[in-house]
Amino acid sequence: MSCLSIQNLHASIGDQPILQGLSLEIPKGEVHAIMGKNGSGKSTLAKIMAGHPAYTVTSGDVLLDGESILGLEPDERSRRGLFLAFQYPMEIPGVSIANFIRAALQARLPEGEEFEAVEYYGRLYKKMDSLLIDRKFTSRSVNDGFSGGEKKRCEILQMAMLEPKYAVLDETDSGLDIDALRIVSEGVNAMRGKDRGMVVITHYQRLLEYIVPDRVHVMVAGQIVMSGDKDLALRLESEGYDWAEDLRNSK
Amino acid sequence: MSTEPSKQIEIDRNIGDFRYDVKYDYDAGVGLTEATIDYICDVKKDPDWIREFRKEGLKKFLAKPMPTHWATPDLNNIVFDNIRYYLSQGQQAKRSWDEVPEAMKQTFERLGIPEQERKFLAGVEAQFDSEAAYSNIQASVAEQGVIFMGSTEALHKRPDIFRKWFGKVIPSGDNKFSALNSAVFSGGSFIYVPPGVKVKHPLQAYFRINAESFGQFERTLIIADEGSELMYMEGCTAPKFETATIHSAVVELVAMPGAKIQYVTVQNWSNNVFNLVTKRGLAHEEAEIKWIDCNIGSRLTMKYPGVVMKGRKARGEVISIALAGDGQHQDTGAKMIHAADETTSNIVSKSISLGSGRATYRGMVAVPRHLKNCKNNTECDALLINSHSRTDTYPAITVRGQGNACQHEASVSQISEEQIFYMQQRGISEAAAMSLAVNGFVNDLVREFPMEYSVELKRLIDLEMEGSVG
Repeated sequence: MSCLSIQNLHASIGDQPILQGLSLEIPKGEVHAIMGKNGSGKSTLAKIMAGHPAYTVTSGDVLLDGESILGLEPDERSRRGLFLAFQYPMEIPGVSIANFIRAALQARLPEGEEFEAVEYYGRLYKKMDSLLIDRKFTSRSVNDGFSGGEKKRCEILQMAMLEPKYAVLDETDSGLDIDALRIVSEGVNAMRGKDRGMVVITHYQRLLEYIVPDRVHVMVAGQIVMSGDKDLALRLESEGYDWAEDLRNSK
Repeated sequence: MSTEPSKQIEIDRNIGDFRYDVKYDYDAGVGLTEATIDYICDVKKDPDWIREFRKEGLKKFLAKPMPTHWATPDLNNIVFDNIRYYLSQGQQAKRSWDEVPEAMKQTFERLGIPEQERKFLAGVEAQFDSEAAYSNIQASVAEQGVIFMGSTEALHKRPDIFRKWFGKVIPSGDNKFSALNSAVFSGGSFIYVPPGVKVKHPLQAYFRINAESFGQFERTLIIADEGSELMYMEGCTAPKFETATIHSAVVELVAMPGAKIQYVTVQNWSNNVFNLVTKRGLAHEEAEIKWIDCNIGSRLTMKYPGVVMKGRKARGEVISIALAGDGQHQDTGAKMIHAADETTSNIVSKSISLGSGRATYRGMVAVPRHLKNCKNNTECDALLINSHSRTDTYPAITVRGQGNACQHEASVSQISEEQIFYMQQRGISEAAAMSLAVNGFVNDLVREFPMEYSVELKRLIDLEMEGSVG
């Protein structure tokens, strides 16, 4: 039961079907990679799991530790332990990173419980140091005027502070130079553990050299067409996505 | 995610929504005639020149048309004949809270005024309907020669300074409502800061309307003599009534050469109050006048704080936050009149419109041809929360001559669905996310307020946003 389970999920935006019977199981303690080329529906899958209002789930289910989360508001899904590192993190002008993460943590406190500010800043600074984020960033507005790399590091910082049960990292490697990629990957690897499941969405094998997955899944046209171990990523890199697509068509 | 118009923001003004029954010893009755003015003059023992000034004001008020050719027709809903123009229990403000009549004392205690006074204020005046119930200044500040008293009191005790400046910055006929105020004014603060004196802590006035169908017409006059500095803060509340109430103040500031005045307002009237206020400052050479103005309450506010920069290198500034909730119209802005070389002005205005709320910015900047090296910067940003929220911007900028510079930036934005989704994905509820984004929008301006006020402001914004979304 300790897993994030996607069961025969169909979803669409308007009349356009995006997911067409996608099934996937991510047990706690494992890191799964979803690979696929642009337009295969990878990022959409992440948004649908998180409850983005633009998409409609037409059938199937998403269970978090055995309980369906499809009927829940996005914030409730988050509080249940689902985290999404965005491919394009949004800018929130005037809201400092420190206040933003604080609000997110406060939302998780039971009614009437006081927030411990001193302990919070101690923890925040520690995580920032490990991600090589300047402490001055606490007072900067969320993602406002950040470089691509800064945005991605800020996403990992939020993940580290919120300690989700399951994390979905959507194209976290996009827009990163090699140094930033290493820092971000180390941040993600530090979060790996038996109490956490992770999904890494990417279309380059490169990221998976740093974050080595337990399983690799190939997504084509809203379905998982192939699953394997980390070597599948290498095969995909050399053969190309057409190979996976041909394989699906020949089925 | 959808922002349903039907579930609009519940405007929470519970903080001020209570009233005590008060027996008024002085009541001018309903309606406005010359007899009303004679009654007020007799009760207040006004000198003859004030009686004349009032009657002149009344004539101008009656002669001037309602400014609906540019302002909202909602003004026509004010029934001047149904309003009581003077209500009090006496004209003498008390120096100690213990002497303040019980109901009034309880009112101000509930609003936290005595507590604030103990904590961080150099002096407090608390006005209840037409007159100040309490007025006091710290002994150490008074010893420096600072005068802080009700304008009624000042008129009698310090006619030397009062008469020199009264009605000079804002003539009674400036507009229909300044004329109305000139006719029936009562209460408000009088402050004089002697040369070189820098008042460390703010002086504060609190205006409370307690009676229904009542008009409050305070008159404030602040004179900061050469090189002096002062911060003045005002707050206001009223209970929710069925009928419309009017608040129409006139505030005149005079900053002598090198003086600095900061005037901070947090306006949180209940949403039956027509708030029609004229505020203007006169800045002499190298003086600085800064209006920090926040409008959250009222049914309709029309207020355009101004600075006339009369001396070389004078500076004027207006920092303004307006929040227009359902059924509210915040029609605010600034007037910057450059009347000397090297004068600079700055206007930063941010408004938020929720539900059917409407925020209007009107800004007048005037730099005549003969002046040199004047600068103005104007920024006005509007945030619309719902699809039927409304904002309008009417800048009137006239900059003539060589070597004068002016910069104007305006923006209208909305909080996007993607921003809300992003915040929700972190576990923050939709309403809290809205609140966070709105607070973020005004954050840089909120920081301009004194700390005690900025905390209160954030709390008020959170209250306004609560329940704002489906």
